[in-house]
Amino acid sequence: MKKTLTQISDSSDSLMLSKVNRRYFLRSAGVAATTGAFLLGACTEQDLMSDDTVDLGSGDIGILNYAYALEQLEAAFYTQVMMTPYLNMTDMEKWILTDIRDHEIVHREFFKKALGDKAIKGLMPNFSQIDFQSRTSVLGAAKLFEDTGVAAYNGAGKLIKDVNYLLVAGKIVSVEARHASAIADLINPNALEFANGQINEMGLEHAYSPSVILGGVAPFIMDKVSGKNLPM
Amino acid sequence: MDIFKIFDSIQQVDGDAAGRLAHTTRRMFMNRVSSKVAAAAVPTVFASIVNKAYAATPSVTDILNFALTLEYLEETFYFQANKIPGLIPGEYSLVFQQIEKHETQHVYFLQSALGAAAIKRPTFDFTYGGAFADIWHNFKTFIAVSAALEDTGVRAYKGQAGNLIGAPQILEYALQVHSVEARHASLVRRIIGHMNNDPMMKGWITQAKGFPEAVYWGATPESNVVHATIDATKLPEVMGKISQDAVTEAFDEPLTMEEVLKIAGPFIAKSM
Repeated sequence: MKKTLTQISDSSDSLMLSKVNRRYFLRSAGVAATTGAFLLGACTEQDLMSDDTVDLGSGDIGILNYAYALEQLEAAFYTQVMMTPYLNMTDMEKWILTDIRDHEIVHREFFKKALGDKAIKGLMPNFSQIDFQSRTSVLGAAKLFEDTGVAAYNGAGKLIKDVNYLLVAGKIVSVEARHASAIADLINPNALEFANGQINEMGLEHAYSPSVILGGVAPFIMDKVSGKNLPM
Repeated sequence: MDIFKIFDSIQQVDGDAAGRLAHTTRRMFMNRVSSKVAAAAVPTVFASIVNKAYAATPSVTDILNFALTLEYLEETFYFQANKIPGLIPGEYSLVFQQIEKHETQHVYFLQSALGAAAIKRPTFDFTYGGAFADIWHNFKTFIAVSAALEDTGVRAYKGQAGNLIGAPQILEYALQVHSVEARHASLVRRIIGHMNNDPMMKGWITQAKGFPEAVYWGATPESNVVHATIDATKLPEVMGKISQDAVTEAFDEPLTMEEVLKIAGPFIAKSM
């Protein structure tokens, strides 16, 4: 199943889409789809694998590496956001984005430590599609990353075997959901968006498999990341 | 007021909703829940859930009824509040309508999943035995209780995740509800921070900050920094660089079923 990150973030064609740097995201999805990198996460064939492909591994280690990869991406994004703040960033926005940056760094470091010598390498992000000087672009990307993070953890929970790691995933996913809510509310205050497009008519938030998520985030990572050995 | 009217009105709007949910959801659940569990003794009153909470491992039915109790509590709370003219300032009316909508969906979902095993909606006392006497007149009291209910919900679902590890599809449903509650909690907390001009009241939980205390403390308080035996304050790139406050914010913590029922108990005037 192919999904762009925007589809993962928000399957309804919401207000957000028109506000985000839509052009960039759609273009990236289009380019990725034609090159095949788009399907990386779902790929089980050897032909896309090359020596420099990062294999997340199998079992709980694989899921921890999957989380580690996503947290690396988020931490790198917010680090860049606060290194080059967009024009007229308000104090409140600074506090919120700095807090989120710190939380994502803590998450990243936690997984790195938990994995020890089983940890994948540090990934090289690709944020060329994000205009860090533009509030709309930055908050739009933040929303995509947070919504994607929540859907990723929601989908990964049932793949975890060790109850202690399941609990940690639970401790982190609700913080990602708190972030997602806050970012959506910065974009559109006191509206429905804090909890809307990602939630179905049964009141359940999206839960996506690693292959869907890895396909969605592939355009934001220079390295090729393979989840072919992850539990299904 | 008649809390059961809500179901009448929902069914008038979408008469087929219950049937549709019952068909799709119930089948999904019952395929996963072993027939042994489904046939197990069905708690029909709140008190029996409380007793079950002391058992070593609650059954899937018990966990779903536990969740349903909390969702009944939340749904009834917002349903009542959203009807009171002038209680919720206009700028926040959409927010609380949206939250109510989700709680209604969660109640429906859980009822459909449990079928005949679903407990009945209790009668609630939102004044908490008089402690929150002005809850229907004072927005500050109302929203404090709202934050407490949402954060309790987040912690309650998290606390049951481990007990559902053997029922993967139900675990996933629980996680899908859990993150919705966290989205609610974040905004409600931020509105409180905004109203009280308190920058330390954030969408995430700093140390164990929040009201009332029981919601944020417990066997694993929100201020906990050790996760799966790893002290997060001592991690490279964290120690000396990121404040302990931020480290506590980065992880939400679970409540046990027993702790949740202790918090929720005084809201429940009468089990049906």
